[in-house]
Formats: sequence, C-alpha cells, structure tokens
Amino acid sequence: TGRLPNGKIGDNKPRLLLMGQRRSGKSSISSVVFHKLPPSETLYLETTTRIKKESMHSFMDFQVWDFPGHVDYFDPAFDTENIFDEIGALIWVIDAQDEYLDAIARLNTTILNLQQHYPAINVEVFVHKVDGLSDDYRSDTFRDIIQRVQDELSDAGYENAPVSFYQTSIYDHSIFEAFSKVIQKLIPELPTLESLLNSLCSNCRIEKAYLFDVLSKIYIATDTSPTDSSSYEICSDYIDVVVDVSEIYGWDRNLIEKSSYGRGDEAIPGEAVAVEETGNQDAESLITMERKGNNYLYLREINKYLALICLMGDDSPSDKKALIDYNVGVFQAAMKEVFPR
Amino acid sequence: MNTGKRQQKQRKVLLMGKSGAGKSSMRSIVFSNYVAKDVRRLGATIDVEHSNIKFMGNLMLNLWDCGGQDGFVENYLTHQREHVFSNVAVLIFVFDIESREFGMDVVSYETIIAALEECSPNAKVFCLIHKMDLVQARLRLQLFEERAEHIRAASGHFQTKVDFFATSIWDQSLYKAWTQIIYFLIPNASTIEALLQELAEVIDARELILYERTTCLMVTHVTRGWEMENPFTDRFERISSILKTHKHSMAKHTGVPAGSANFAEMQIKTSQFMFFITRLTENTNLAASIPPSEQIFNAARVNILLARPRFAELDISAKPKTDTQQQ
Ligand SMILES: Nc1nc2c(ncn2[C@@H]2O[C@H](COP(=O)(O)OP(=O)(O)OP(=O)(O)O)[C@@H](O)[C@H]2O)c(=O)[nH]1
Ligand SMILES: Nc1nc2c(ncn2[C@@H]2O[C@H](COP(=O)(O)OP(=O)(O)O)[C@@H](O)[C@H]2O)c(=O)[nH]1
Ligand SMILES: [Mg+2]
Repeated sequence: TGRLPNGKIGDNKPRLLLMGQRRSGKSSISSVVFHKLPPSETLYLETTTRIKKESMHSFMDFQVWDFPGHVDYFDPAFDTENIFDEIGALIWVIDAQDEYLDAIARLNTTILNLQQHYPAINVEVFVHKVDGLSDDYRSDTFRDIIQRVQDELSDAGYENAPVSFYQTSIYDHSIFEAFSKVIQKLIPELPTLESLLNSLCSNCRIEKAYLFDVLSKIYIATDTSPTDSSSYEICSDYIDVVVDVSEIYGWDRNLIEKSSYGRGDEAIPGEAVAVEETGNQDAESLITMERKGNNYLYLREINKYLALICLMGDDSPSDKKALIDYNVGVFQAAMKEVFPR
Repeated sequence: MNTGKRQQKQRKVLLMGKSGAGKSSMRSIVFSNYVAKDVRRLGATIDVEHSNIKFMGNLMLNLWDCGGQDGFVENYLTHQREHVFSNVAVLIFVFDIESREFGMDVVSYETIIAALEECSPNAKVFCLIHKMDLVQARLRLQLFEERAEHIRAASGHFQTKVDFFATSIWDQSLYKAWTQIIYFLIPNASTIEALLQELAEVIDARELILYERTTCLMVTHVTRGWEMENPFTDRFERISSILKTHKHSMAKHTGVPAGSANFAEMQIKTSQFMFFITRLTENTNLAASIPPSEQIFNAARVNILLARPRFAELDISAKPKTDTQQQ
C-alpha cells in the first residue's frame, strides 16, 4: 500500500471519507459538489492514486478525503486510527451501471470492521450513476443492493448498524440532496435549526423552508414537514438565479467610481440619493407568480454562508411580506446565536 | 399617437443547413421551451416546419425550419424555389463544426445563396457555426475564424454582409446569436429604445433590458452611467439563459407547461444594487437594475406601471401565440 496520510490529529473537523471501487465516481462527486465542475467534464478526470484531502470552509469546516479505489483500508500497514479517528461519515460509492458484487463484498467487510472498532461511524452508501438506468431497473438495483448489505449485516448480528442508502447521479440534483442528508447528521445543532424553521413556517404559513449553504448548495436543515426532491430542486435552482444576477450587477463599482472622477457630471445623474441608502444589508429576493398573483419563492441571506429559502403555500397574499420580514428577522437573530460567525 | 389597428409586419426567416447540423434543436430551445438535453428526442425534420412568433413592435416572425436531408434540399432548389426563397428577410445557415465534409457543406451553401440572391437579393444572411462545445476551448476562436473566412468567400453577392456566430445549445452563445437576429428584424427598434431611454431617466435606472416573454430573448436595452463599465458584457444573453432555466424549474415544480410558468415579478435586493423583472406589455418583460435604494425601487415600480400603455402602443394587440404546425 501507498504512503500513509499524515492528517493532523485533533483538528476536530468532521471528515467525510469517499470510498468505493475504482471508477465508481468518487472524484467526480467531490469535484462536482465542492468545485462546481460541470458534470460532463468529469470524463477527463484522472484516476486518483493517493488520498486527496480537501478542506471545505463554510458554516462549519469539514474535510473531504477522496480515496483511491484500490487501497485496503484495513491493511495493518495502514494507520486506521488516523483515518477513522475524527471521521464524520464514510461515503461508499457503488457504480450502479457496473457489476457491483465485488463492491458490495468490500463494503460489507468494511462495515463489519467498522462495527467492531468504530460503531458510531455513519456509513452512507451512494448507489451512483443511476442516471443511465431505466426507472424499473434503477429501483430493482437499489433494492437488491440494500438487501445484500442488510442480509450480511444481520447474519453478523448487526441489524442496527447506522447504514443508509441513496440513489445518486452527478447529472442532476440527487448528489447534492444526498450530501445534504449526510452532512445534516454531522451538525449537532440540527434539532435547534429544525425547530427554528418549524416555527418560522407555522408563524408565516410557509409551505417549506430550507437553510442552504449557498456555495455548495447543500441544505443543512429544513423544517420537519415531509421533503420531496422537487422542492429541493426549485430552491436550489433559485439560488443559482440570485447568485448569477448578483454576480452580474454586484460588480465592484468602487474601483470605477474612484477612477472616473471628473468624467463629467452626466456620468451618474441622481445616484447621489443612493449614497445615503445602502439597500438591503442581507440580500433578499422574492418571486411572485403570475397565475395566482401570490408570493411563491423567497430568499434571504442569513450570514456569509447561509441563505434561507422559503416556498410559499397557495394562500400567500402579497401583504404577508411584512409578517415574513419580521419573522425572518427573529429567525436570523436566533441563528446568530447558533452559528456565531 | 395612432392606436388603430396597424399592419403586422411579417418577416420570413429561413433556417437551413445540413441534416443534423442542429437547426431544429436550436429552434426548439429558443422558441418552444425545450432544454438542451431534450433535443435528443427530435427526429430529422421532414420538409419544412413552420413556426410563428410575435414579437414586440408589430413583428411577426415566420420561421421556416427546412429539413436538411439531400432530397428535401434538392426540392427547395427546384420545384419549390420561388415558394421557399422569395420574400425572405433573413437566412440563417447552420454549419456543424464537427462535419467531416466541410467542403461539401460550403458547396451546398453556395447553391442556396445563389437561390436567395435570385429571389430575395435584399435578404440578410447569418451563418451560425454550431456545436462549438465539441471543440476544445482553446481551439475554438481560431477554428471559428478559419471557417468563417472560408464561408464568407463563398457568399457571392452577400459576401460583405454576412454575420457569423459561434454557437452551442449548451451555453448562452445560442441566445447571443438569436438576440442579434431578432434585433435586426424588429422594425421600430429605435422608437422602442427612445422610449426606454426616457423611462430609464425617469426612474434613474442603471440599466433597463426589454425581454420578449416566451423566448426570453432581449429586444433591446438601455445602459446608463457607470453601468456602462459593467465587466460582464455577455450579461444580456446570460440573463436570457437564466430566465429560461428558471422558467423550466418553475414549470417542473408547479406542474404547468413551461410556456405558461411565468412570474409576475422577480426582485433581488442587495447592498450594491436592486434588480427586478416585471411584465411590461403583452409580449415583453422589463428587467431593471437600479441603485440600492428602497425609495428608487418603489418609485421605479410605479413609473413602470404608468409607462405601460405607451409601450403597449408599440406592441401588438393580438394575444401572443407560439405555435408550430406541420405543413
Ligand atoms: N454537442 C452538440 N450537439 C448538438 C448541438 N445542437 C444540436 N446538437 C445535436 O445534433 C443532433 C441533430 O440535431 P437537429 O436539430 O435534429 O438537426 P437538424 O439540423 O434539424 O437536422 P434536419 O432536421 O435533418 O435538417 C441532435 O442529436 C442534437 O442533440 C450543440 O450545440 N452541441
Ligand atoms: N453516467 C454517470 N457517469 C458518472 C457519474 N459520476 C461519475 N461518472 C463517470 O464515472 C467515471 C469515473 O469517475 P471518477 O470520479 O474518476 O471515479 P473514481 O475512480 O471513483 O474517483 C468518469 O468517467 C465519470 O464521468 C454519474 O452520476 N453518472
Ligand atoms: Mg430538423
């Protein structure tokens, strides 16, 4: 086996380990989710030959370790302490378009090993590349994989091992949604966030509220009403709209304003007014639908990393905006206590 | 101003090029609410598919998507020559960058250009060099220029007047090309611009952009003051593309057809700017970027409301309809 990773012990950042067979899609996943690589360009990624560690700085810092497919993690030469010590979750990627029996055998060995030594580690199984499969075949494959893992676990007497399964693809929202759920389990404040979102929803009669990490488009919490992927998708797309428009019109005017002094008074007639007002300190956006004339989507920046996005119900008259503003203010203040930065 | 029924300006636009070049793909994306990955469902076009679309300023676009298989082209050039090539306002010729027989494509282009010169000598020609996404980014510009030069040399009578665009359905280059084409076709662009300029001054906008509602293509824009220094020169087609994508995700979520998933208003307020898009006329949406001030924002909305009737006069009275019928 290759070199040992020299991860610093005690840095307390939850660690996400990406493991699975070679070419199962691990590097693609981490590039698409954390580096915004367009999915089609993952075709050109080179095989990972050594552990690639990435640190994500966001509302909470965490590390993502991308493992080469061939490493035997439990080889005695491999410092397992070091790998699994600070771990948050083990993400096991299985290529659903490929022969997966070997992958499952390795996964089962890994889970059994972990159960003996690190029973608290969440094992998150990504049944990946499902975009290429027909609906029927996809759910059959998914069920088959779950069955094979669970059989093995119960044979060994570990019925309650913390293992979860997701269907994922880098070509749609599913990979982001799966990551969201994985990360939520690592946030100690989750119950607080959920109850804050619940009360926001009930006070304003909001249908669904999400707290997003804007950069990665992972949602770190939502209210506890049932979630469906279509709500996640529309909110995630909405972030794109707001981020894109903000990039286009939020360019740094200061540079120009200073350098173009004396360019003539016609340069910016009337904008003196704006100097007094600075608009919204935290970006805010609202979409009103034509059909019903109701508010439909609402976005508000909560801090440097997070944004609140609300899907309004059908009965959401436009005069409700004041109520929402007030309650969101309350929510934002509470959030400052939970995540002080 | 005269509010009586005015003549609708029909403009015939031919969309031609070899079979598989991507004509129907771009047409479906721009005019029929397809997304890029939907176009795989399209079959080869049989004969000509017509679509009509109404734009602001009395413009009725009459788009002829001409199937590019040899038999059809032969037919356009012989039996249907008059029918196809007369009264053409614009010819859009699509070249597939991946084509292995570029020489042949140019020959075919030449025969079409000859027919056009004969029947519609005053037509305008746009050449789209398409599927650029398939070329490595660093080679794109050079390849595009080489091809364009070659095609220009074969453009006969139209040589000095052909415009070239590099396009792909996978990015906003498609919108950039079509925006230029539409702008060329709008009969009273300067009247609209003057009105828009006036409005921009009244509401103290940094930028106003007029978009056609169905296609999200820009009709025209007015930019003032420092916004002229905006480094994102591709922002108009980028916003087209953003709006289109948003429309789709809205449609998907609400379960309505993409054509009718319209928002009444979208607003974004930040510390650096305020932005909103709202309905202006039957066929258009107005996007406004203004200074970050609630006061300006509110005044702007009222003033736009007040300006609507004046723009409506420039617009066409009939209900907007985008239909594609087989002939
Ligand atoms: N990579 C890439 N493929 C494209 C692009 N535009 C279209 N295509 C593909 O090209 C193929 C042919 O597209 P069509 O639009 O049906 O071609 P057409 O020009 O209408 O062909 P005829 O109707 O036979 O004349 C489809 O498989 C599209 O997916 C593009 O910009 N990039
Ligand atoms: N169809 C499909 N292909 C994928 C998906 N994710 C990754 N791939 C492809 O799978 C191949 C192997 O991916 P890579 O990330 O290098 O695998 P690794 O060895 O596990 O890191 C690449 O060609 C990717 O483009 C997916 O969700 N769907
Ligand atoms: Mg076609």
